[in-house]
Amino acid sequence: MLKLEPRAQPSKLMALASPVLALVLTALLAALMFAALGKDPVRGLGVFFFEPLNGLRQVTEVLLKATPLVVIALGLSVCYRANVWNIGAEGQFLLGAVAGGGMALWLTTHGIILPKVVAVPLVLVAGVLGGMVWAGLVALLRDKFNASEILVSLMLVYVAQQFVNYLVFGPWKDPAGFNFPQTKSFDASTLLPMLVPGTRLNIGLVVAAVAVVAVWLFMFRSYRGFSLQVGGLAPAAARYAGFSARGSLWLALLISGGFAGLAGALEAAGPLRQLTPHISTGLGFTAIIVCFVGRLNPLGIVLAGILLSMMIIGGELGQSRLGLPNALTGVFQGLLLVLLLACDTLINYRLRWGSALAVRTGAS
Amino acid sequence: MQETALLLAAALLAGTPLALAGLALLINERAGVLNLGAEGMMLVAAVSGFAVAFGTGSDTLAFIAGAAAGATLALFFGLLVIWLNTNQYATGLALSLFGYGFSAFVGIGYVGKKLSERQVLELPGLSQVPYLGTAFFKQHPMVYITVLLTIGLIWFLYKTRAGLVLRAIGESPESAHALGYKVRWLRLAAVMFGGAMCGLAGAFLSVVYAPLWVEGLVAGRGWIALALTTFATWRPVRVLLGAYLFGGVTMLQFHLQGQGVQIASQLLAMLPYLATIVVLALISRNAAFIRVNMPASLGKPFHPGG
Amino acid sequence: MPATDPEHRAAVSVPRLALQGISKQYPAVRANDRVSLQVMPGQIHAVLGENGAGKSTLMKIIYGSVRPDEGRMLWDGQEVQVRNPQEARALGISMVFQHFSLFDTLSAAENVWLGLDKSLKLPAITQRIVQVSQTYGLEVDPLRPVHTLSVGERQRVEIVRALLTHPRLLILDEPTSVLTPQAVQKLFVTLRQLAADGCSILYISHKLDEIRDLCQHCTVLRGGKVTGEIDPRQASNADLSRLMIGSEPPPLQHHQRQPGATVLAVQGLSVAQADPFGTTLKDIAFEVRAGEIVGVAGVSGNGQQELMAALSGEDPRAPAGAVRLFGQDIGRHDPRARRAAGLHFVPEERLGRGAVPPMSLAQNTLLTRTESVGRGGWLKPGAVALLAAGLISRFDVRCGGTGAAAKSLSGGNLQKFIVGREIDAAPKLLIVSQPTWGVDVGAAALIRGELLKLRDAGCALLVVSEELDELFEICDRLVVIAQGRLSPSIATSAANTELIGEWMSGLWDRSNAKTVEAGIPARPNPTPATLVPGAPHAQA
Repeated sequence: MLKLEPRAQPSKLMALASPVLALVLTALLAALMFAALGKDPVRGLGVFFFEPLNGLRQVTEVLLKATPLVVIALGLSVCYRANVWNIGAEGQFLLGAVAGGGMALWLTTHGIILPKVVAVPLVLVAGVLGGMVWAGLVALLRDKFNASEILVSLMLVYVAQQFVNYLVFGPWKDPAGFNFPQTKSFDASTLLPMLVPGTRLNIGLVVAAVAVVAVWLFMFRSYRGFSLQVGGLAPAAARYAGFSARGSLWLALLISGGFAGLAGALEAAGPLRQLTPHISTGLGFTAIIVCFVGRLNPLGIVLAGILLSMMIIGGELGQSRLGLPNALTGVFQGLLLVLLLACDTLINYRLRWGSALAVRTGAS
Repeated sequence: MQETALLLAAALLAGTPLALAGLALLINERAGVLNLGAEGMMLVAAVSGFAVAFGTGSDTLAFIAGAAAGATLALFFGLLVIWLNTNQYATGLALSLFGYGFSAFVGIGYVGKKLSERQVLELPGLSQVPYLGTAFFKQHPMVYITVLLTIGLIWFLYKTRAGLVLRAIGESPESAHALGYKVRWLRLAAVMFGGAMCGLAGAFLSVVYAPLWVEGLVAGRGWIALALTTFATWRPVRVLLGAYLFGGVTMLQFHLQGQGVQIASQLLAMLPYLATIVVLALISRNAAFIRVNMPASLGKPFHPGG
Repeated sequence: MPATDPEHRAAVSVPRLALQGISKQYPAVRANDRVSLQVMPGQIHAVLGENGAGKSTLMKIIYGSVRPDEGRMLWDGQEVQVRNPQEARALGISMVFQHFSLFDTLSAAENVWLGLDKSLKLPAITQRIVQVSQTYGLEVDPLRPVHTLSVGERQRVEIVRALLTHPRLLILDEPTSVLTPQAVQKLFVTLRQLAADGCSILYISHKLDEIRDLCQHCTVLRGGKVTGEIDPRQASNADLSRLMIGSEPPPLQHHQRQPGATVLAVQGLSVAQADPFGTTLKDIAFEVRAGEIVGVAGVSGNGQQELMAALSGEDPRAPAGAVRLFGQDIGRHDPRARRAAGLHFVPEERLGRGAVPPMSLAQNTLLTRTESVGRGGWLKPGAVALLAAGLISRFDVRCGGTGAAAKSLSGGNLQKFIVGREIDAAPKLLIVSQPTWGVDVGAAALIRGELLKLRDAGCALLVVSEELDELFEICDRLVVIAQGRLSPSIATSAANTELIGEWMSGLWDRSNAKTVEAGIPARPNPTPATLVPGAPHAQA
């Protein structure tokens, strides 16, 4: 019978191997599902995990999709390490897109053409502020009313979704848009500059790279980042040290909200170029998975972001090439997270074969 | 008059899935387990129930299927958080994300299909009472069953030894373990029971309330149910009443639209979620009050040790 | 009567409980190593050992919470296997835990009901509780919720619960750490009566005086092995000490010092309880001068935690002017500001408050030592590791280096590290709460020695401890906290255990004020040989 035995020390090896193990198990289950759907499992795995990297254009698409995932997940990692459970990054992302897109829209409709080096930062900063305001609501309710940040941030996701719908069906609808629920396209001056010609890859990638470095420095080389981690690992020790729980709460939420909002603005001023009801395909929730698979660590998040971006694009390819339903991607992502959590137990426990313990009678 | 009576009746209908999910979570949390996977369990149960109702035409089988689906997911959740001691928050969230994707996948063939409207059960005599009859006594059988379940849970929690043991486990699993109770098995039982009830809630949504299937049908009710248990300070009657209240708020948006109120439909659709936030804020404000009523071990891992 | 005399019966009867060759291995330590033990009917049998000797594990094996790897257990001469606590209770073995297994929000009667296996109805249980209470002098109100009870009353609920199972063997794990000296005597009366009625008692303790007072036989454990068996009524403390730790503990150097200027002045400190289950502080007043150690005695749960939080800055709600350091009002300062003013604090919980368990020792220095943090808040990992290395070598901390996780250290070593971290900061005032809880004898001696050295160097110290012996050993003056109020101070040389015991029940107004002022010594204080650290107990 298999038994779980506690380890004397947590296993550093397993901490690194666990995401890989979870990925392998997910791939195995994926293959099983492909077979059950009557498709060739090997082909299915190939389409999901290898096709997305086939060629320069494909790679840029993966990086393009990974950018918002990584940016949001970086902000969430700061939050989760502080033990503040912001689940509403999706809502903060939407508000960032609305704020950034709104700024671009305002510039566009008023015919204000600014040089890119001015217009784009304006749009991005607006996005950051939008996300911060939305996350700030969560912080306010937790600070003043002790309301669970999990539930409040989630409720605000649904509110944000309705808000976006309201805007694109109503006041922000493009009058020349044949009554489709969409805004005007943003003026070129407000759009993100491109990085690689012939592809859709824009400077969002650079922004993401800077963000990775910034978060690493903050979490691991600054006293404030240290205080956030202490607050997350041992709240009583944080009080003992004199770290303000309120300050940490606000900082964590504003940072994660700001990052999610930035990602929203990057999407709006990047590939989307306008606001529609379909700004997000659940990116805010996928980013949570990226965060965990990346072990709340900036470098891990980059890798996880690329991995999950591949899975999303793989899902689209699977639909067009193999007729597999797109919803499979969501299943695999959920499975990956569940399996990761299960494999993580191996960090603190080891598996052993053994009979159930019995009192062995011996000579006295 | 007739309109408000109908609104009340609609509130009961809309509140029933919330009540079922809220009671499920109440049992979970009384045992000390926080299950953020309620939304995912309800979604999978909803699509399962719909598929069975669509295929067999039997509502009873649909509810059984929904309960079974919920209990199965809850079993996996329970094994992870109770035996492997994975983080309860992250695991519940993972379950919800998985449930969303899985239900979307399974439900592909059912999108846009509708079931015929369900029959209500008019209670003899009572349903003829003016106003009250329309408001309360012309409901789907599941609505009455939910009320009965609430009463049953009150009796279980406060009048039986088993209920006392459950409350003790939620209070201090270490002490219960020291006294020899099988804490982990009892918690698993509570989690699976909760899963079955979430399953009933999900099936009710797709088979009776809607009755159709679209991706994301549950629309956050699983999360609202979580808020409900805090709002109700873990008492069954308050869960039921709170659920009806939220059901009323949900119905209010349609009522207002019907009245020709000039607010955009999307803004009205925000009402239930905003209401949840307001209620959460008001009830959580008194931290000391919450602490005295909350099961003390909620959300914390339990290691039997030795 | 001869028939009930345990020694007489021992000659003719079979042991009630016999353990033969019991062993238990945990991943990092061999908790029990071929332990053998015999308890006769009606005998009060002590199990003595310092922290980590394996006493608790052995009791859990007897009670069925833990399965041994090897060995046999015989009950009334028959071999038995106890697989869980229910089977233990069915045999007639009952246990009163050191960390109470009570449910705060339930009533005493419901708590007792949960500890019994027969499906009796609650009203019948309530009746039985009242009967047992009266028979054995253990007053318990069955209907009150447990969280309203004092620690001593909670213990009585635990004991009543155990008695209702009609035990033939009662195990008590460190029962007196939460009692005043007077309450300890009352407990002993109850236990002697139980033994006279035929119940065997296993009494786990590290308190030598109590064992010599109460018990007829003593098995001594060290490092998981039995080092000896002895009749404590005929042994001296030194004999017991030698069996328990291999030698007598080293004596501490105690120099007489003239205290200097007032460092900490507390006046009118009243703070409402923060927690519904906490204690309100009422008008606390005392002072600590440079070059002296003031000890705060008291039974757990009487406001020590709240007083510590108010002094350390974790609770910033002190009234204006209530807490003054060198004359400056620090009542609203946060812990960082207080440390900057020279006030350092060692909390009673090591893991989770004094140190972050998964973080390294180097990182843990940053909790209270920020000298190396650069401008703009940048961390210098090299400087931090250097500081940690210095602490490790100066205070003899056995660990896997500066990168070792705090939770990988033993209790004694982590305590040395934390106390060392604060002493190394050269504080003007050091407040220490439970300095040697759950710490082995060697580390305890080092810590007490360091505290005395600090005092000799002119620092002011405030020590809170539930071990009276420790306070008598190192403190110059004593105060007692009871129900959130503080007694007047008294010189240690003028106090004795009985007086402090009375004060622990809040009865200092009744005591002879002249005794306090004149400083007349009443009885000799405990000697160093009795000083063995106790195990930590759970927070209320």
